Amino acid sequence: MLDLPWRFIAILLANGLLVGSMYALVALGFVLIYKATDAINFAQGEFVMFAGFLAAGATHLAGFPWWISALLAVLGMVVFAFGLERVVLRPLLGRPIIAVIMATLGLGFVLRGVATLAFGGGTQTIPLPVGDEPVLLGPLILPPIQLVGAGVSLAFLCGFGWFFLKSRIGVAMRAVADSQQVAMAMGINVRRYFALAWALAGVVSALGGVLWGAMLGVDNQLALVGLKVFPVMILGGLDSILGAVVGGLIVGVVESLSAGFLDPLVGGGTKDFIPYLLMIAVLMVRPEGIFGRRRIERV
Amino acid sequence: MFHSETGVFKTSYAADMALLPLPVARWAVLGIALFFLFVVPLVFSAYLLTLVNLVLIAVVGAIGLDILTGYTGQISIGHGGFMSVGAYTAANLIVRLGVPFWLAIPAGGLMAALIGIIVGIPSLRIKGIYLAIATLASQFIIAWTINHVTWISGGIEASIQVPPPSVFGWKLQTPEQLYFFLLFFAVLAIVATLNLMRSRIGRAFIAIRDQDIAAEIIGINIFRYKLYAFAISSFYAGVTGVLYTYYLGIANYEQFGIDVSINYLAMIIIGGLGSVLGAVFGAAFITILPEATRLFLTHFGGVLFSQDTIRTLVPNLTLILFGGLIIFFLIVEPEGLNRLWRNIRNYFRLWPFSY
Repeated sequence: MLDLPWRFIAILLANGLLVGSMYALVALGFVLIYKATDAINFAQGEFVMFAGFLAAGATHLAGFPWWISALLAVLGMVVFAFGLERVVLRPLLGRPIIAVIMATLGLGFVLRGVATLAFGGGTQTIPLPVGDEPVLLGPLILPPIQLVGAGVSLAFLCGFGWFFLKSRIGVAMRAVADSQQVAMAMGINVRRYFALAWALAGVVSALGGVLWGAMLGVDNQLALVGLKVFPVMILGGLDSILGAVVGGLIVGVVESLSAGFLDPLVGGGTKDFIPYLLMIAVLMVRPEGIFGRRRIERV
Repeated sequence: MFHSETGVFKTSYAADMALLPLPVARWAVLGIALFFLFVVPLVFSAYLLTLVNLVLIAVVGAIGLDILTGYTGQISIGHGGFMSVGAYTAANLIVRLGVPFWLAIPAGGLMAALIGIIVGIPSLRIKGIYLAIATLASQFIIAWTINHVTWISGGIEASIQVPPPSVFGWKLQTPEQLYFFLLFFAVLAIVATLNLMRSRIGRAFIAIRDQDIAAEIIGINIFRYKLYAFAISSFYAGVTGVLYTYYLGIANYEQFGIDVSINYLAMIIIGGLGSVLGAVFGAAFITILPEATRLFLTHFGGVLFSQDTIRTLVPNLTLILFGGLIIFFLIVEPEGLNRLWRNIRNYFRLWPFSY
């Protein structure tokens, strides 16, 4: 038996899994859009941040209870995503990939500016009815907000899994993702499903915004959550919901372990770049990720 | 001299590939050269010259990124990282070995090119969004490495003080002195790239951008040329990093963050992908935009807002304008400022008797 600090490892693992499932929730918004529309949303982090600001703003400026604020954030993000698809993304259909990347990057800047102007630059809180007392589970000490976050994330990931596998709309969305032309020929209104995909991504971002905002506080830094999404996506596969979950959990655990064991050795900050190293390794070996579909290119 | 044409009458390949195909262009270039050599340094205030200097630095970097993204079609969101590689390489050489600028600048460029090649290796297997994310990752890894390896970063706050460059014993410190120094490198970058793009290598780049599989079939070694593109592009980025370090007098990795990478992408998008002139326009536009916003609001914003509001308004409005303009150009004028310029030029080329 190796003499490892097992309790420490268990805590790190549990923490990583909890945070990882919350990463998966943010990544889900990304997958939904990529799956249905082939567009890459580089502003996913800003979506989350903006939703957080909406929820915090509704609580503090208008004095709503937390659940109305959360609902408002969801509604606001759905409306915003619908409008965005119509105004920005639709004219860019069929254009080179850099156009969509740059448009969403530009959108990220706009959202950051608007959020700070509208809600102020300070850090705001979203008061969810979750205690501060850490939950003791055997040898583990877990912050309750992470437990709630992970629970909600997993519930929604399961919900979306069911939605895509069984519901009529979900099946139609998968058809659109598979081949837009064939879907059109089968009488599916492709444009409507594009808009729907963005709206769903808005819902997911709003949930992510409320949960992450409650955990970290809402300010411009919240958008950095979006940067964590890329390793998650590449690991799991850009077009797989299961991949988002597995990738999220892996990134969460790797991050947590590297923060626990490597940080003391090299002086901190490994959390921010070990996932990226892992991602580059995956890109070199298996670019489509664990569950992604390999794309075959023809001239 | 100033005559209008009635058609395209080129009878040789040499005429077709000339850098300045029209007599008018020669006069125009001469005029621009006189303007930048005499009018700008004599007339512009120190403040304006500082702004021009920043534009000149940005021109080098934007052209470099344009070689990779605009001409070869490989997206890089990691150019800030390459710039920091150049900056720290040069800063270390200058401070530890007392290397003069004419060695430090190419050394910074070469080191950045080396790192660029390493980052470019995955481009054989991955492209598009995957490559974009891989270059983004390289940005983080480079920034982390520089920040945490004290042998590179020089320890305290990861910044290295650099003495001003000296040319024939002259120390270049004021904006006027730096202006000619930077102008030289910007012009060098422009002419070198224009020539590169009419060579075999440049045409191979364009073939890869337009259809990489077809390019491979006609005998272009894609992998090698993609690595060339990465190397040349990150060489420019490295030189930009060194120039910026000389300009600031300090090498600091925070000056080359992800925002810088996105800024340079915005320059070539707004200027127009795949054109040297576009990169120059874009560099000027994006560099001047925040200053213009600030000046406009501090002078005219007082009518509507209090001074306190303006102070918070300026950085956020700059962000919104910046992002909004990127989206606007992508949707309305995908070929950017360069296209607008060409439309104007073509209108007057045959004016007043266009047919």
